[in-house]
Amino acid sequence: MARMKFLCDAERCIECNSCVTACKQEHEIPWGVNRRRVVTLNDGVPGERSISVACMHCSDAPCMAVCPVDCFYKSEEGVVLHDKDLCIGCGYCFYACPFGAPQFPQTGAFGVRGKMDKCTFCAGGPEPDRSEAEFQKYGRNRLAEGKLPACAEMCSTKALLGGDGDTIANIYRDRVTHRGKGGEVWGWATAYKLPPAGAQPGVPGTGAPGAAPAPAAPPGGAKS
Amino acid sequence: MISMRTMAAIVAAVAALALAGCGERPQVVNYKQGKYQGKPDTAAYSNAPFNGNKQQWDNAIETRMQAQNEYARIRD
Repeated sequence: MARMKFLCDAERCIECNSCVTACKQEHEIPWGVNRRRVVTLNDGVPGERSISVACMHCSDAPCMAVCPVDCFYKSEEGVVLHDKDLCIGCGYCFYACPFGAPQFPQTGAFGVRGKMDKCTFCAGGPEPDRSEAEFQKYGRNRLAEGKLPACAEMCSTKALLGGDGDTIANIYRDRVTHRGKGGEVWGWATAYKLPPAGAQPGVPGTGAPGAAPAPAAPPGGAKS
Repeated sequence: MISMRTMAAIVAAVAALALAGCGERPQVVNYKQGKYQGKPDTAAYSNAPFNGNKQQWDNAIETRMQAQNEYARIRD
């Protein structure tokens, strides 16, 4: 096992926010804290792109470098975690993070700022695995249950991939090979591969995807 | 006047210090029992249902990862 990473396929992300909802529900995240969010570029313009963003669990994490109380640590799987008992809620990690991943609850013992909260790759924290204390502070520990993060597993279009960096890179490469094109084409057919020639929509056995009409082939076509 | 022996000792000491500056610390995470970089935690496979069986945990995660690839699940 190498390093756990997220990879968001901008060709597939449809800005449905199911990753955000899954994260909120799984960890019972309080109002005002967004461990994950969907960012859309050129919203409303043809060719807009959306990408799901959270802590990217950097190999050389700047939050770890700047933390004055050294509350961060990295797990054996390369997941960047932090100890809320050490965190003083200063916000330095928020300034350092290029993704805006650290979140600060608006209420609690530390007033308006609170102790930092961020994506844990569903790996919990220092408390005993799958304990109530761990859940209260960091959310559910799915990794200890042999599961991947809820956001990636709940992604409706499988745009968001989570797991070992090498493995999800291979999955992404497989997709790009099937699409037959790079990032210059977009849309349903690009993301989900064209049906084979002669396929009849809605007719089983012809290879057509359900009752959806067969989309027009983009220039260059898709390899299959 | 500095003797040759003293000079050699100084040169050796400076060389040793210079070489020490070229040292490289391992950047991979060093997991010690119950500790990650000074913070207490356990590995993901330490407790139930895996009870320390890393191979079993690896297999479970690998299965979940491959389930994200629908091209592997539904072939032509």
